[in-house]
Amino acid sequence: MGENMKGFRYLENVVTLELNRATCVGCGRCLEVCPHQVFALAEKKAVLHDINACMECGACALNCPVKAITVEAGVGCASGMINEWLRERNLRAPGGSCCS
Amino acid sequence: MLQVKKQGNKPLIIKSMRKKPASDCSSSASCCSGETPPGADKPSCCGPPTSTGGGIITDKVPGFIAWLETACGPVPRISTKLTAGDHFGACKARWAMGRMNFIVPAGLYAIGHPTPSDPVLVTANYKMTYDIIRRSLSGRNIWLLVLETYGVNVWCAAGKGTFGTGELVRRIKTAGLAEIVNHRRLILPILGAPGVAAHEVTRRTGFKVLYGTIRADDLPEYLDSGMVTTPEMQHITFSLYDRLVLIPVELIMALKPIFFIGTAVFTVAALLGTVATAIAALCAYLGAVLAGSALGPLLLPWLPGRSFAVKGAFIGLLWSGIFYTVAGGSTWNIPATAALFLAVPAISAFHMLNFTGCTTYTSRSGVKNEMRLALPIMGSSLVASLILLLAGRFL
Repeated sequence: MGENMKGFRYLENVVTLELNRATCVGCGRCLEVCPHQVFALAEKKAVLHDINACMECGACALNCPVKAITVEAGVGCASGMINEWLRERNLRAPGGSCCS
Repeated sequence: MLQVKKQGNKPLIIKSMRKKPASDCSSSASCCSGETPPGADKPSCCGPPTSTGGGIITDKVPGFIAWLETACGPVPRISTKLTAGDHFGACKARWAMGRMNFIVPAGLYAIGHPTPSDPVLVTANYKMTYDIIRRSLSGRNIWLLVLETYGVNVWCAAGKGTFGTGELVRRIKTAGLAEIVNHRRLILPILGAPGVAAHEVTRRTGFKVLYGTIRADDLPEYLDSGMVTTPEMQHITFSLYDRLVLIPVELIMALKPIFFIGTAVFTVAALLGTVATAIAALCAYLGAVLAGSALGPLLLPWLPGRSFAVKGAFIGLLWSGIFYTVAGGSTWNIPATAALFLAVPAISAFHMLNFTGCTTYTSRSGVKNEMRLALPIMGSSLVASLILLLAGRFL
């Protein structure tokens, strides 16, 4: 964890990030794209060094050339999620939409 | 000021074609359709784009100095100095004014006098992003490839998928980048990575993707050091200032629901009591909103717990106490007092929880988790508060 993010830790043991070490080719792309230093390299393969720092942005999974990483990425705000739930139930969301 | 031509209701993809000579630069423009699986290049979330796009590059683009001739036609050279108008526009956008049209045309730009061997930076076409980037590149020779993100910043656009593999590949081809530069490297912002599959870009265009820095401020050092990303350049932050600038736009975007709920609170309180009661209730409500959406975000790292709902409830409780003292709560009956301490923290907690959409570190799963727990509690608190008020009035 970076010094600057002290005091900014979110809930433990909730993220959906998974790494399949058997598939990993150790290219290190995930280390490059992760803004929270979740990954590290050990024995020429990636490891989840700090999984609870993950914000599920999905950069690692998208940039993994062998698809060794999976994560459920998506809108992370409460109103965006409420809108999503309403849409799933075919209800009209009140007010504006999120992250626009 | 910004003068951008709109092109009806459809964003045009092949924008720079008109100023290209009939060389092989143009031959690649059409070859990117159909080679990817359907949906792969589509935006991933949050519905349609918010604008029709940035239009075409003309000599009216912000900071235009002159045209630079390249192997693929003229490219605008742009200034690295921002004008008062640029600053004013950014200020307005921070207050949610003209934000949806704060946009520049997508395409290739030149900073300084770049040659074919100079680096290519990739960015979004939100004008604030474009301005921050060009200002940070003062005194350098750089190619700036601006993607069509419909006026949305790099990170949000990457999340939506508009700052994405498909758009980058298209833009490389329509700009004729392979003809203009003699190397095959692109420097992308790290926060663009959630939208771009680097290996796909390489496979489809031959260009290698380097994820440079998170912040534009670090670009000069990154470029000077021969494109080495230091750990600091890769650490995301969420400073007091970062949080401060988010608050106005968040508040203004929430004005409509705040107005409706505020009116409802005022009406109900007026029916149950007097006009004075109604004014007091409105103040308590507005304070609860401000506590959760302004004060809470500012005090974020110092509020207890990791859960945003808990942080919000805490700051709401604090406001309840202040309001109780200032509004002379000692004269109230017990149900009214309890109603205040139940409703206000619930409202603040909701607004604070909503701020997760603005942070640089909360995960979707975490927010989902919190909502599953917190929304029923917030709802129950509000209902209990209303029942208490009714009971206190009629019993």
